[in-house]
Amino acid sequence: MSDKSIDRVAAATPAPVARKIRGLSDRAIAWIFVAPTIFLLLAINIFPLIWTIQLSFTNYKANRIGREVKNIGLRNYERILTDSDIWLNMQATAHFLFWTIFFQVLIGFTLAWLINKKFKGNDLWTTIIVLPMMLSPAVVGNFWKFLYQPQIGLFNYIVTWFTGAEPSSFEMLGSVDLAPWSIVIVDTWMWTPFVMLICLAGLRSIPDYIYEAAEIDRASKLRQFFTITIPMVLPFLMLAVLFRGIENFKMFDLVVQLTGGGPGSTTELTSINLKREAFEKWRTGYASAYAIILFVTVFGLASIYVKALNKVKER
Amino acid sequence: MSSFSVTEPSKRIKWFAGTMVILYALITMIPLAWIMMTGFKTPPDSISYPPKVIFEPSLEGYVNLFTTRTRIAPDDLAALPPPETWYDEIVRDRNMVIAGPSKFGERFVNSVIIGFGSTFLSIFLGTLAAYAFSRFKIPLADDLLFFILSTRMMPPIAVAIPIFLMYRNLGLSDTHLGMILLYTAVNISLAVWLLKGFIDEIPREYEEAALIDGYTRFQAFYKVVLPQAATGIASTAIFCLIFAWNEYAFAVLLTSATAQTAPPFIPTIIGVGGLDWPAVAAGATIFLLPVMIFTILLRKHLLRGITFGAVRK
Repeated sequence: MSDKSIDRVAAATPAPVARKIRGLSDRAIAWIFVAPTIFLLLAINIFPLIWTIQLSFTNYKANRIGREVKNIGLRNYERILTDSDIWLNMQATAHFLFWTIFFQVLIGFTLAWLINKKFKGNDLWTTIIVLPMMLSPAVVGNFWKFLYQPQIGLFNYIVTWFTGAEPSSFEMLGSVDLAPWSIVIVDTWMWTPFVMLICLAGLRSIPDYIYEAAEIDRASKLRQFFTITIPMVLPFLMLAVLFRGIENFKMFDLVVQLTGGGPGSTTELTSINLKREAFEKWRTGYASAYAIILFVTVFGLASIYVKALNKVKER
Repeated sequence: MSSFSVTEPSKRIKWFAGTMVILYALITMIPLAWIMMTGFKTPPDSISYPPKVIFEPSLEGYVNLFTTRTRIAPDDLAALPPPETWYDEIVRDRNMVIAGPSKFGERFVNSVIIGFGSTFLSIFLGTLAAYAFSRFKIPLADDLLFFILSTRMMPPIAVAIPIFLMYRNLGLSDTHLGMILLYTAVNISLAVWLLKGFIDEIPREYEEAALIDGYTRFQAFYKVVLPQAATGIASTAIFCLIFAWNEYAFAVLLTSATAQTAPPFIPTIIGVGGLDWPAVAAGATIFLLPVMIFTILLRKHLLRGITFGAVRK
């Protein structure tokens, strides 16, 4: 089918143009092929980034058109870094990041290890386990909100069934103590399969002969696990942590639908806070500075982490 | 193949591993199964305590999802001619009449247009760029590639601030074109990376043979490389499609009426006296089902797509 359309295009191309195209050097073709992508990224990624940097030094408010925009230097940055509320948001983000990664690594690795025992039908069950992470986080967050409903929700009912606590005695989303954990639970439910898949790839990359050699040396299974399995999977595991770390630092859709940042601001992750500053309070300049700080933080942490990851790989 | 190997797990271990994994899979499916069931419940059934596992299935959720209804007095209801369709009947049982279609259909169509539009554009541009990166010497290629990848690290909200201002000035806010361009810009990093990996794996000798046979570069690209990369292109396309399909942050900030997609809309479906959970569940089911099907089709390429090609197997 593609052959035909190509021929048609070839036939429809006027002779001089065709001659020109044929005569193009590889270098020209390379630039023609890359240029649209670069242009799009410049227009929708780099230009906005530069604009954000510029806005971050001003007191611009996007909802007040025509108001004089003043350059206020580093005042926005100063205010953000000394604002104690923002540190609370950072803490909420850190709590979320730490515990989601902790549980996802623990459960994900265990699952991968079990699946790698190659029991019958493991492919089918792996596919089923993977389903949650492919779904829309906003829709997932929304229906978990339904499961978390205090009186009618399935989650509370199941907890009641196991513990005997009154179903209306606790509110996963409404209580200051439980809300940070409720978002950890949903994120873990959704993203454990991701860590599992990467660990599984790691486990499958270990050649059998290493275990066979260890067996000949009479190393115990436990010893084999700690001296072969863990070190060989570690680079993969670290990669999974990197991906989850970046993703969860950006976390917005799932949590906004679940708690909206509440109760109070206990689950107000940095992205949610940023949205509030930028699109509810319309402090555009201030929010721009905030965005830059977040971006630099992710970039800095990720670069340090990638260096560590490369060291582990070299070992 | 020998029947005994030291690396082959024993039967007992296999049995144990299988049981644990299946148990996890079943538990992890509960929320999904529950939401699909809720779509077939009546509103009272959906909020009953204890939660109903066995119930009389009803299509009320689906009817409510696709329609808007108004409540009318029982006397007026009795005066109406008998209901013509099964959905009229369901609505009349609740003392209401159908006022018109809801916005769900429109939002769903928007999701389809924007999803497929941006996927097509990302794949088209991405394949060209990936081919160039794979086959030609481009100055600073590594830096460019890293730059393309790093654009995915920015929080969407941070990017949304200037995009919002830019789109407002250009008249692209709340338009299909604006969303397609935006999702293409986000997806193209994934597309270029993945496709470069796939094209790298096609031996250069194929094209070189074609070039010697008198093909031009373009012909070699279309007739030799593209068919070889078809599987890679297809799986990359599905990843781009799933991203655009699922995206929420940009959609909620940059669209409101004409170009709004389904994810920001579904949570706002409201019935009489609070959220209409069966309708929300019905919407979620319709929206999530295509992705589930794609995931099952895609299972062999899953890892490569979600890790930007960092893990190949």
